[in-house]
Amino acid sequence: MTSDTTPTERAREEITSGFPEAGAPRFESIDAVRAGLAGVQYLADDGISGVVYLADRLAKPVLVEGPAGTGKTELAKSVARLTGSRLIRLQCYEGLDESKALYEWNYKKQLLRIQADSGQSWQQLEDDIFSEEFLLTRPLLEAIKSTEPVVLLIDEIDRVELETEALLLEILSEYQVSIPELGTVRATQIPLVFLTSNNTRELSEALKRRCLYLHIDYPQLERERQIIETRVPGISQALADQVARIVRSIRSLDLKKAPSVSETLDWARTLVVLGVESIDAEQAKDTLHILLKYRSDIDRAAKELAGLDTTG
Amino acid sequence: MLDLLTGFVAELRAAGIPVSLTEHLDAAETLRHVPLEDREAIKYTLGASLVKSSTHWPAYETAFEIYFSMRGPSYSITGEDDESGPESEDEEGSSQPGQGGRQGKGRGGGGGEGMTPEELADMLYKALLSSNAAMVQAVARQAVDRYAGMEAGRPVGGTYYLYRTLRNLDLDKVMDRLIEQARQSTSSLNDEPGHDPGSPDVALTPLEERLLRDEYQSRIDQLRKEIESEIRRRLVADRGSEALAKSIRKPLPEDIDVMHATRDELVALRKSLAPLSRKLAVRLARKRRHGRKGPLDFRSTMRHALSTGGVPMDPKFRYPRPSKPEIIVIADISGSVASFARFTLHLVHAISSQFSKVRSFVFIDGIDEVTSFFEGVDDPTEAVHRINTEADVVWVDGHSDYGHALTVFWERWGEEINPKSSILLLGDARNNYHSTGAWVIKEMKARARHVYWLNPEPRAYWDSGDSVVGEYANYCDEVVECRTLRQLERFVGELA
Repeated sequence: MTSDTTPTERAREEITSGFPEAGAPRFESIDAVRAGLAGVQYLADDGISGVVYLADRLAKPVLVEGPAGTGKTELAKSVARLTGSRLIRLQCYEGLDESKALYEWNYKKQLLRIQADSGQSWQQLEDDIFSEEFLLTRPLLEAIKSTEPVVLLIDEIDRVELETEALLLEILSEYQVSIPELGTVRATQIPLVFLTSNNTRELSEALKRRCLYLHIDYPQLERERQIIETRVPGISQALADQVARIVRSIRSLDLKKAPSVSETLDWARTLVVLGVESIDAEQAKDTLHILLKYRSDIDRAAKELAGLDTTG
Repeated sequence: MLDLLTGFVAELRAAGIPVSLTEHLDAAETLRHVPLEDREAIKYTLGASLVKSSTHWPAYETAFEIYFSMRGPSYSITGEDDESGPESEDEEGSSQPGQGGRQGKGRGGGGGEGMTPEELADMLYKALLSSNAAMVQAVARQAVDRYAGMEAGRPVGGTYYLYRTLRNLDLDKVMDRLIEQARQSTSSLNDEPGHDPGSPDVALTPLEERLLRDEYQSRIDQLRKEIESEIRRRLVADRGSEALAKSIRKPLPEDIDVMHATRDELVALRKSLAPLSRKLAVRLARKRRHGRKGPLDFRSTMRHALSTGGVPMDPKFRYPRPSKPEIIVIADISGSVASFARFTLHLVHAISSQFSKVRSFVFIDGIDEVTSFFEGVDDPTEAVHRINTEADVVWVDGHSDYGHALTVFWERWGEEINPKSSILLLGDARNNYHSTGAWVIKEMKARARHVYWLNPEPRAYWDSGDSVVGEYANYCDEVVECRTLRQLERFVGELA
């Protein structure tokens, strides 16, 4: 060590020198987003493609809300595929904390280091054991440190406690992580961040404010038909159309849990496997359990679909 | 554009959507990146930064339509220049909003020259049959011309015009005609030798008819929306966006006054009730689990201390198990407050896991227990429906009689009130000048833990006319004004 800067200081400089560059925009235009997503088999509507485009331009995270199974997580995966980025995923759950989401010191390794080399001065030792070598990176820090392009997916953010949300605030607005012993780690590239929420609780204002908001609802008939056609190999147009129509009718009923897009796709696949060309009421009734997951819902839908006799 | 945006944001705030300064800045930034001529894109991207809750979206959409309609594709339609608009059809007919009773004389486009009602109906029918967006738009425009009878400068909201237009179009009849037509065409197709392979073999099966009906329904809804926005466009042209925004502002679902909700609003309310009760249940369960800590759990502490060589580094505590309150709901379900009572029962039962027991009673002038309706049913909607049809709540004439209902309650179930019970009374306390029976409340108060009264009427109306809520209030712990879902949620949240 010739210079008079301590290792810690050098490490600090090293880490903080890379200031996040906005980087070249990933997408040309909104239409390019939509076309690109269609290329990776994700059919986006106006809202989705617009918000993804904007997220890239404004370098802001996107908060995606909507009923379960409408393609929230899939959107993040598809964007990762489209841009050729690595997908880093943080699955949230109750009790998630800093050491699981951000970073953790590798205590055991630090302990070994101390025992292996007892002759060193305390100062040196301290600088040593709080260096990056002893840092275990967790998804959020990893997304920030990565030099290659990254899509960060924070899944089901509504599952963590309100207090834990605060962990995310720094990373979401500044794209940086502060580690007391080490300094501030800034992103070398701005990751595209997607947060998904099933809306089981109200998210804090602070979090919402930092994000763009995207609500993905059940798709319109036409779009759903296209989704079925792209995602279910070997389905005929007529069948896809029929499936989409029946699902729309079922969704208009007052059910506990409306069929999601993924369930619709499962259903369509089943029908293809069964070799069904055109659905009649009987077949629909027999396979409804794929679409609906509650006894009362199935009964209700079966009744509505089959029993609505020529009353008009 | 920035001025327009500022006005727009102000309007959103006035409608109750919280828009912070940073969100406003984001929105302004958005406009730099998104091509301004793409109105749909602007709508969605602006929405992404301004609206952070899906329930606020309808309100946002309405405001957006108003503020950005003049600069949108409708500019030529609402403009003053009749002749030079780029759109060929119905140009003259749609200009100069107002001049009530003027005959709509669209030229060309969609084939409507001085259309008679029959021609218009025919065109409407065709448009719905073919699902041609341009044609639907044209029909909407024609219909508004002909039927809405709009007058310049009249300070009414769009609903009145919408109602007039729809009444004249008689969409139900159109629907029947469409279905009839579909039936005929399928049966006639069967007669032909090489008929369309996609169509069914004999007549329409119930399933297919159902699907067709839904299809047409969605097209009709589309038409309704077209008509609505057509009317709105003209109103904007007539009165300017700011004045209009004020009169047709849509309240957010959680701010809708339950007692005076329209049918559409009730649907919106019902939709937002389910997620609301779910959220409330999750929040309460969390509050119960966290928050307080119980006494030291010695056994668990020692067990965990083994990994630190017997040193109790991390003391463990028992979870407290606070007793859950027992809830007794007594609800007035007579006409005026029925929907409010239903929402409350629904909400209370949806989060019944947070209470040790929930018992429900409903009354008009007689009283009946309806707890069993909710048992073993996983869908409160169904139970609420059964209440309407099965509960025995009419004693004499089916007009609210609080005094009699309360007295009977006390005689039959009064014994079962214990110090753990919290009693919720729901109603406007409009007693039709019967005796109040307030002594029952006094007795209840003596025996129960809490007695609350939820009144769906605005506070200003209390104790006016035949309202006797003041008399009951003497004995209640609290009388709460509870007109909107937001107020209801807050109250129930505090209760558990």
